[in-house]
This record gives sequence, structure tokens and C-alpha cells, in this order.
Amino acid sequence: MTATLAPGLAETVTRRFDRKRRMAFAIPAAIIAYLIYAAISFDIAGLVNRARFDNAAILLSDFWSHKTHVTRDNRSGKLTVAIEGENKGTYPEGMLPDWVTVVEGVTTIDLGRGHVVTYDDAGARYVVPGYGTIDIRPQGDRPVVTAPEPLPDWIAVAENRVGVTTSAGRFTYTRSKVETFRYHAGWELWFFTLDSPFYGKTAPELAALALTGDRIDPARANLAYMAHEFWTNRMWRHGDVAWAIFETILMAFLGTMTAALIALPLSFVAARNFMPLGIFRGAARRVFDFIRGVDGLIWTIILSRAFGPGPMTGAIAIAITDTGSFGKTFSEALENIDEKQVEGVRSTGANAMQRARFGVIPQVMPILLAQVLYYLESNTRSATVIGAIVGGGIGLLLTQAIITQKDWEEVAYYMVLIVLMVMLMDSLSGWLRRKLIRGA
Amino acid sequence: MVDVAFGPERGRRPNLADNREAYLEMVRRKRMYGGLLLVIFIALMSSGWMLADDRNAGGFWGGLHQVFDFPSEVFAEAWAKRANLPGLVWHHLPALIETLNIAAVATLIGAVAAMSLSLLATRGLARWPRLIPVFRRTMDALRAIPEIVIALVLIYILGGGPVPAVIAIALHTGGALGKLFSEVAENADLKPVEGLASVGANWSQRMWLGVIPQVAPNWLSYALLRFEINVRASAILGFVGEGGIGHDLKLAMQWGQGRYDQVVAIFLLLFLAIVAIDRISDHYRHKMVKDG
Repeated sequence: MTATLAPGLAETVTRRFDRKRRMAFAIPAAIIAYLIYAAISFDIAGLVNRARFDNAAILLSDFWSHKTHVTRDNRSGKLTVAIEGENKGTYPEGMLPDWVTVVEGVTTIDLGRGHVVTYDDAGARYVVPGYGTIDIRPQGDRPVVTAPEPLPDWIAVAENRVGVTTSAGRFTYTRSKVETFRYHAGWELWFFTLDSPFYGKTAPELAALALTGDRIDPARANLAYMAHEFWTNRMWRHGDVAWAIFETILMAFLGTMTAALIALPLSFVAARNFMPLGIFRGAARRVFDFIRGVDGLIWTIILSRAFGPGPMTGAIAIAITDTGSFGKTFSEALENIDEKQVEGVRSTGANAMQRARFGVIPQVMPILLAQVLYYLESNTRSATVIGAIVGGGIGLLLTQAIITQKDWEEVAYYMVLIVLMVMLMDSLSGWLRRKLIRGA
Repeated sequence: MVDVAFGPERGRRPNLADNREAYLEMVRRKRMYGGLLLVIFIALMSSGWMLADDRNAGGFWGGLHQVFDFPSEVFAEAWAKRANLPGLVWHHLPALIETLNIAAVATLIGAVAAMSLSLLATRGLARWPRLIPVFRRTMDALRAIPEIVIALVLIYILGGGPVPAVIAIALHTGGALGKLFSEVAENADLKPVEGLASVGANWSQRMWLGVIPQVAPNWLSYALLRFEINVRASAILGFVGEGGIGHDLKLAMQWGQGRYDQVVAIFLLLFLAIVAIDRISDHYRHKMVKDG
């Protein structure tokens, strides 16, 4: 049992173990060193100071809720109730949500759970249960606050502005206006806007109206009217969004398929077993390399200069970028075919076209189709980004909504739609792959 | 036997007495389906292009002869100021390095996340077999969200800079690599794992010593390919959001005429970087998969 290992062998084994052990420490150490360098060069420390976590709170609350602004202009005394403070969501004259009441110039806003805000001629009052009444009266130019002392930190009193933030809502008083925000869960006006006759009706009421009710607009059926009102909803623009999604999928489809159609003949030129002439082969390969090297970003920029913004520009950009990738993978697939089938077809006297059609294509089709379907799915995602650059599809809507920095509920809506769209294309391409390629 | 070979329905079974006719019938049917599919495909493609052309700001034929206008204008100006180019390339090099760093860090973080996610989502290796669907759906969701969505939202919270791009790309990478990693791990030999289990190794030891050495070459190859993709993604994110060479490119493009020498310098840098990375990763991937 002992001394069966030759000393030389034992030494080699120990040395290898040592090297392995050193590597086991050296590689993680190198990675950690790199990450530390990256953290310094990305200025992580500065980032912590710059980060706006209040923005994150706004964003998160907007994702699942909406707020209604109840504003009184202190100079004219005019009261406006608007969802998200937007023009499109303003309640028309004579229409108020049921938690706002106006009686002889006194506006009462019920924020729920006992929180009540009152606007009257003297100023404004906010009753907070468990704390007391915050009373604000303007004296000259500045608002004067009377509230139980000491003032808690959720009441902010400044020179000419008073702000109160509670769990039920937000309240601000300035010289020019007094404003109350009430938060509600859900995305308001998602189905019908305030000016629509269908606003505020429950699902059974709507169903009854659609099936048996009298026509609201004598010119058309209620169901058609309802569909029209929903489709042209000014707040959420369902029609435009559906078009944008369709445009994005269209870009991906046209781009991928066109790229595959262009790349297929070119890849025969680039494959060693079909193109004996090295010059052409090299030229085709350099074309593919060049197209892939000039990134999709640069193609997109050049093309949008020539063709202007829109889905066609995006489709052409995808087509060009993918021609390079397809050309490379297709020609690799062509080089790996089994020559026997081609021989068999040749023995029947077939010419080059027929050999390619009956000897080669059936062999490579599964690989090609799998590639094309995979790209179709991943291009749906790229089309979102390219759409943001060329100005088409859902990518454009998304970037526009993000740039406003307040329509976060729309951002959330678009995000959900994009994820659903990508998942749909994912399962569609998987389904097609299983249908079209046996054994996959 | 005949029943088994040709299906149970007697009426629809091909008539073997006349097998030539039966074969031709089959070919005709196949051709008809193929032709139908082709017609549908051509109709979809042509109507799609016409629709896209219709909704575009500029038409296809009007734009076609302008395709080279912009590049030639850019290159003409850059050629006139060619003396500036080396200096500009040098000036924009830090931005390129930032772009590469974004891609590298995101790939590293994403790959580490993908390693654990994929092992947790692989049948036969999972720590908690009941939770496999949960981890799979997580990876699907991570893959489905485009980077730009996360990046733009994070820019609002974190302010500009490279970190939003890193997080966005890393999340996507985690999902995409996780799926590929788990496909590789599914084919791993379970004998080393059983051997380790028999000497009392816990789950992480079994994975680290039994599975990872087997799958490492393929995993690394996928990770390199992903790095290549991520460099492109990070350039695009810079253009749409902030940080890196994409942002420099956007600024130079917005300035327009007068800064086209900068545009060319950035094009050059990006092109060379992408080609170099493409070549290097191609070389190493071939080597690894051959050895592995």
C-alpha cells in the first residue's frame, strides 16, 4: 500500500493540486478586485447621496393607485376636482365625486376614516382623528396655522405655505390656492372617462345597458358606443396603445423575416462547401462581419436620418442587423450538412438549384427555423428599444410617459403590456418551433 | 402491423395496391400546404411592409437614395478634420471603457444570479424541488422585461450614471443566462453529486464540487456570448438613457454639423471594440467547447 506512487508522479499531483488551490482563490479575488474598481469608477458612494427615494415612493404609489386633486383658487374661489390634476381628468361643471360636497360656498372633503377637510370663506380646516383640528386662516399675505401644540413633523409650516401629509391624503395651503389630494387604489378612468355616459356604472349596469337598455345615442347600439368610448379613452388611449403594440410586433416580424430571406442566399456564398472561390466567400463573410460590427444602434441612427421616424425604419434596422447574425449562423449550419443526401439528389441528374432545394434545405431547415423563431422572440424586445430611438411603437409611448415624470401609472401599464407581449411572443415562437420542427 | 404503421382509420389509410398513386397524392397534399403557407407568408410580408411604409414619416423610395447622404456628409466633414481624429478617439476612450465596464459588471452579477437560479430550477439538482416552477417563472419574468424599461425607471430614482444600466442589464442577463445554464445543468452527470452526498456533503458543496466543474466550460461560453450582447445593449442604453459611449454619441449627434468628427471617432471606437470582443469571445468559446 505504501510507496506505490512514484516520487515524480506524487510531485506532479501535488503541484497540480497546489495550482488548482491557488486558482480557486485567485479567480474570486480577481473578480472582487474588479468589482471594487468598478464600484469606485461608477461612483457608488456618490450615488447613495444622489438617489431620490422619495421619487421611488411616488413611483410605487402611482403604480397601483391614483390621486384626485381638489383645488380651490383662493382669489376667484373657483373649485376644480381633477384626477391626477390633469385636464383630461377634470370633473365637468356640476359633477363631483361623492366624497366632495359643496353647500353654500363651503366645500367638505371626506378623506375617509374620519379625516375631513373643509374649505370656507375664512380659510381651510383639516380634522385629523386622534390629533385635532388644523385651522388655517390667511392674515394679509400669509396663512396662519392654529393647531394643537407641539406641531408634529407631518405638518410643514413655511413662510407662505402650509403642508399636511397624513395616511389619508395630502393637503397644501398657499396664498393662491388650497389643494387636497386623496388617494384611491386602482387606475382611475381606465374604462371610461368622466365625459362618457358610461362613467361610474358598475359591471351589471353596463351589461344591462348593453343588452337591453334604451339607446343612449340613437345612431348606434349601446355596445358599439361603449366599445368606441373605451377605445378612444382620452386618459389611457387604448386604441393608440394597441396600435403601438401591433407596430412593435410588426417591426420585429418584418425585420426578422426579411433578414432571414436576405441571409439565406448569401449564406450559400459564405459556406465553404458551396462556394469554392475563396474571394467571394471571404467577401460575403466580411460583409456579415461588417454588418455585425457596425452595431444595431448605429444602423438605427443612420436609417432614421434617411427614412424619418416610424415603424418601417425600425424594421429595416432590425433586418440589416440580423442579416449579419443570420448569415453567420446559416453558413455555419450549411457547412455542417451531410453530403450524402446531396449526392443522392445529384445522382438523379439534379442541377445546382435542385440539389440545394431537395438535398440541402430539408437538412438545414430545422436549424434555420429554430434560429429565426428565437430571433423573432428576442427582436420583439429589441423592437421596444429601437422604437424608442426611431420613434415608433410601444417604446416611444413608454419613453414619452417616463419623460413626463408623473404619468407613472401609464408607465406601469405599458410595462405590463410589454412583458405580456414578450411572453406571448415567447410562447408563440415555442409553439411554432414544436409544430414545425419535429423532435425539437 | 399494417394497422400500426398507417393509423387506425380504415378509410383514410392509403391504398397500398396502388402505392404510386398514394405517394403522388401525399406529395400533392404536401405541396398544397406548402404553397398555401407560402402565399400566406408573402401576403403577410408585403402587406406588413406596405403598412409600415404607410405609417412611417418618410417613405421607402423617397428615403432610399438618402441612405448614404448622412454617412457621406459625416465622413466628408470628418475627413476634412481628420487631424482631430486621434485626439478625439483618445478623448472618448474613457466613455468606451465605461460602456465595457457596465457590460462586464452586469454580466458578472447576472451570471452569478443565473448560476444559483438555474441550479434551483433544474430538475434533479434543485434544493427545494417544489419551488422549481417559482424559480422558472422568475427567470421568465426577468427575461421578458426589456432593459430599457428598468433603466429608465431607475434613472428617475437613482439619477443618471452607469448604475441604472448595470442593474437593468444584470437583471435581464440573470433571466436569459439562467435558462441556458439550467438547460446545460439538466444534462450534467449525477454520479459525482451522489458520490458527494454519500460522504455527507451539503447542497452547496454538492453543487460547487459535483456540478459546477462539469458545466463550467459551457456556462463560461454562454457567459462570454452574453458579454458580447451586453456590450451592444449597454451602448444602446447609453444612447437612450445615460452613461457610457452611447451618451457621448447622442450628445455629438444632437449637436449635428460641426461635431461630425466626434461622431466618426465614436463610431470607430464602438466598431473596433465590438469587432475585437466578437473575435476574442469567438476564439475562446470554440476553444472551451472543444476542450470541455
